[in-house]
Amino acid sequence: MSSTLNSPAERLRESFIELSARERARALLDAGTFRELLGPFDRIESPWLPLQGIVCQADDGVVIARGTIDGEPAVVAAIESAFQGGSIGEVSGSKIAAALELALRDCERGRIVRPVVLFETGGVRLQEANLGLAVISEIQAAIVALRRHVPVVGVIAGMVGCFGGMSLAAALCSYLVVTKPGRLGMNGPEVIEQEAGIDELDASDRRRIWQLIGGEQRAATGLADILTEDDSSGMREAVRQAFAQGMPQTHRSEQVDTYLARLAQVDPVTITPESMRIIFAGDARTSSKEQA
Amino acid sequence: MEHLTFDYPAQRAVTTRAHVGVVGSGDLEVLLSPADNASALSAHVVVRTSVDGYSHIWKSVLDRFFTRYDGAARIEINDFGATPGVVALRLAEAAEAAAAAETGDAP
Repeated sequence: MSSTLNSPAERLRESFIELSARERARALLDAGTFRELLGPFDRIESPWLPLQGIVCQADDGVVIARGTIDGEPAVVAAIESAFQGGSIGEVSGSKIAAALELALRDCERGRIVRPVVLFETGGVRLQEANLGLAVISEIQAAIVALRRHVPVVGVIAGMVGCFGGMSLAAALCSYLVVTKPGRLGMNGPEVIEQEAGIDELDASDRRRIWQLIGGEQRAATGLADILTEDDSSGMREAVRQAFAQGMPQTHRSEQVDTYLARLAQVDPVTITPESMRIIFAGDARTSSKEQA
Repeated sequence: MEHLTFDYPAQRAVTTRAHVGVVGSGDLEVLLSPADNASALSAHVVVRTSVDGYSHIWKSVLDRFFTRYDGAARIEINDFGATPGVVALRLAEAAEAAAAAETGDAP
């Protein structure tokens, strides 16, 4: 994407992955427009964690920020992976769902708000079980409702990646921006190893894991749209570019027949990362979004 | 999980607030804001920590911090096993961020 930048000074990068959720949201919004909703001083914490002897975080691990992207009104929901693995509890999930629902209300009134979700999560917070699952479904419903009005852009930068119910939420987004270290999958490698045995998947085989579910593979198989470097300004440009593409002709989750046909070609015994790339070559949708 | 509170005398009112850190492994978050009763000129510290049995260490770290810090602040700490060194750095970072906000120097 930034192939024109070659001088030593321009090669110096500010990592996006190393930023906290709050800094990530700030980095994606136009300079000086970041305004946080329900920040730490509002102290909307999990009521369930203290009952289980776990220390709360004052924002429950989710940062909601309003601002502009490319001059257009935007809302960013950023998950903090360092707190409880970015897990979605009743409060943190409700913050994301409510932010998306408010954006939906604005869109329905003709005021388009660009929604961005920074997925960095193992999925539901097990300590909050069904409440977390319920709110993940609200997030998914909000994404589907919103994407009728405006592209919903998801970002999976790493290092946690995006798993569980939130991987389904990510899959519902209009565009997914990923990095090489980012991962997207339903069950995480450790869960697969534990449930299906080490013969099925060795969770310590990092090379294998990233060949299967890493950002590069997800982009090569059309399950993510933009592969970008771990670079703060590059990430901002990728998100800006995703919105500039406008609405996709159809969303991935609407391509049921295409994906069923592709899945029918998969032989679970012989499938490899390479044969996945052949079967799932490119985007199932018509618009081309090739990225370096 | 343990819940600790501390009080220290203060010399001046605090007018801004600051939030630093994250409740992640070996780290903590600090919320620094003006004390509830500003006229009393005292600082109040509330610590929630995942590690039990270290109140004497918390007192030592805070005693040292308040030899240099004189603001009438309410300081809330949510700790996830930070070492005393990390605690001291985060406290200093919060104090610095609040001071920067007072002079309009906020990031």
